[in-house]
Amino acid sequence: MDSKLATTFSKPQSIKRRVRELKELVIRIILFICAASSVLITFGVVWTLLKEAFPFFMEVSVKNFLTDKEWTPLFENPQYGIFNLICGTFLTTAIALSVAIPLGTITAVFLSEYMSNRYREILKPILELLAAVPTVVYGYFALLFVTPLLQKIYPDLSSFNALSAGLVMGVMIIPYVSSLSEDAMRAVPVHLREGSLALGASNLQTSFKVIIPSAFSGIASAYVLGISRALGETMVVAIAAGLQPKISLNPLESTQTLTAYIVQVSQGDLPHGSIGYKTIYVAGVVLLFFTLIFNLIGLRIRSKMEIKFK
Amino acid sequence: MVTTKTDSNIKKAEVVDLTFGYTEKNVLNKISMPIYQNKVTALIGPSGCGKTTLLRCFNRMHDLYGEVRYNGEIKLYPDDINILARDIDPIEVRMKIGMVFQKPNPFPKSIYENISYGLKVRGVKKKSYIDDKVEDSLKKAGLWNEVSDRLHSSATSLSGGQQQRLCIARALATEPDLLLLDEPTSALDPISTAHIEELVTELKKSVTLLMVTHNLHQAARTADYTAFMYLGDLVEFGESSQIFTNPKEQKTENYITGRFG
Repeated sequence: MDSKLATTFSKPQSIKRRVRELKELVIRIILFICAASSVLITFGVVWTLLKEAFPFFMEVSVKNFLTDKEWTPLFENPQYGIFNLICGTFLTTAIALSVAIPLGTITAVFLSEYMSNRYREILKPILELLAAVPTVVYGYFALLFVTPLLQKIYPDLSSFNALSAGLVMGVMIIPYVSSLSEDAMRAVPVHLREGSLALGASNLQTSFKVIIPSAFSGIASAYVLGISRALGETMVVAIAAGLQPKISLNPLESTQTLTAYIVQVSQGDLPHGSIGYKTIYVAGVVLLFFTLIFNLIGLRIRSKMEIKFK
Repeated sequence: MVTTKTDSNIKKAEVVDLTFGYTEKNVLNKISMPIYQNKVTALIGPSGCGKTTLLRCFNRMHDLYGEVRYNGEIKLYPDDINILARDIDPIEVRMKIGMVFQKPNPFPKSIYENISYGLKVRGVKKKSYIDDKVEDSLKKAGLWNEVSDRLHSSATSLSGGQQQRLCIARALATEPDLLLLDEPTSALDPISTAHIEELVTELKKSVTLLMVTHNLHQAARTADYTAFMYLGDLVEFGESSQIFTNPKEQKTENYITGRFG
């Protein structure tokens, strides 16, 4: 009657059991390899960068690297002041964030606290499309549309400038900030929201005084992702921000970021092992260093908030 | 239906012929009952009877979730205003009527900020006033002695029972006309529950309380009046002593004697 389903206890050495255990083991190994591959690739990338960047410091002293006034590694009298590139990177990133953080956060508040489910399902994917536009398109958008527009307001604006590149980059990363922030806000338990409203708070007060602080760890990681995205962004700044590394925080002038420098130099034919070739890797290491720092900060904020709000 | 003592009681609020529903179906049918000032009124009944729904009509919580139909009135005295009227701002209703939820829901802020939240929302800025109010509310909620030395540490570090008393203090700080309690002890252990029940009895000196409870003994212990609801109807309302010892309706008797529910 029920013989088909009856379980008989097997001996540890029985074939059926061995085969099953072997299968489990194989699957475990495959899963481990998949999980390990991304870690290994990361280490591989870091290793390649460091291996090529290290010889650079045999030729150029760390002191020159940090204190030289200019970044002109391909000129006759080369100078290696990395802060020229760092300055450009941070300038464009700061401009981008000053657009993306306020707009992204407000968008997230609107989506999560004010929109009905039905309209949110329509609007959110449209907003996320902003992130799907190829960055090269954004680059030309900045160069050929935003810059001329800004020049109407401020005629002295150089045609390559940090401002329009930064602004467009900011628009580009809005969806990263808003989408993740919105997820974090909607994950705030409904009883906190109701608790605030029951005390007579308006929707706006609830959003800014209860929802945002409660979701802050999630929102902070959205910001960090935005920062990393802005630091690493290449096409927009290479096209619209110019190719002149300089230590200046003037957003109206042209500048050059770490990424844009890498693009510029790798387009030419630099002989393998030349100093110019090595600078690519050095710039890469510096960039990786900063993204790593911001990721660590983000991780710290998150774990701190999680302990505090547990 | 109740003893002579009622006549000396002042009505704080009154539900008049209240029918409520989200869409077609009515969740509450023609409910009418008084809420007496400085008394504890308990709403009892099996799950799905509409007791929480009725409670949440009092501070218009349902308005947060789309279109709802209120027919009938909830009058708030002494203003004699129907708080369900369309031209009444739900936010102003919530400013007058406080609520404590089933699960303790302190904000992830400090104890002090939790209590002062309702005042800040009302635009109170004066620090000395807020300080006094925080102390006063915590004392009323019986929490002052336990937290007076750590007002600025996180409210979420308190125990469940302390958190619930904090939520009561938070509601009291805004001086509500009426305090709604939605199964305030269902997530708490017996010792914390006893604390809250004592507190409820103590609080009725200064505020009127309306409490939903799943626990019949709790209603019998703490409430002056009890309303028994079943499937959206109010079956019986009366003094708790009468409801629990001498119910008039067969259904009430069956419920309180454990024949169903």
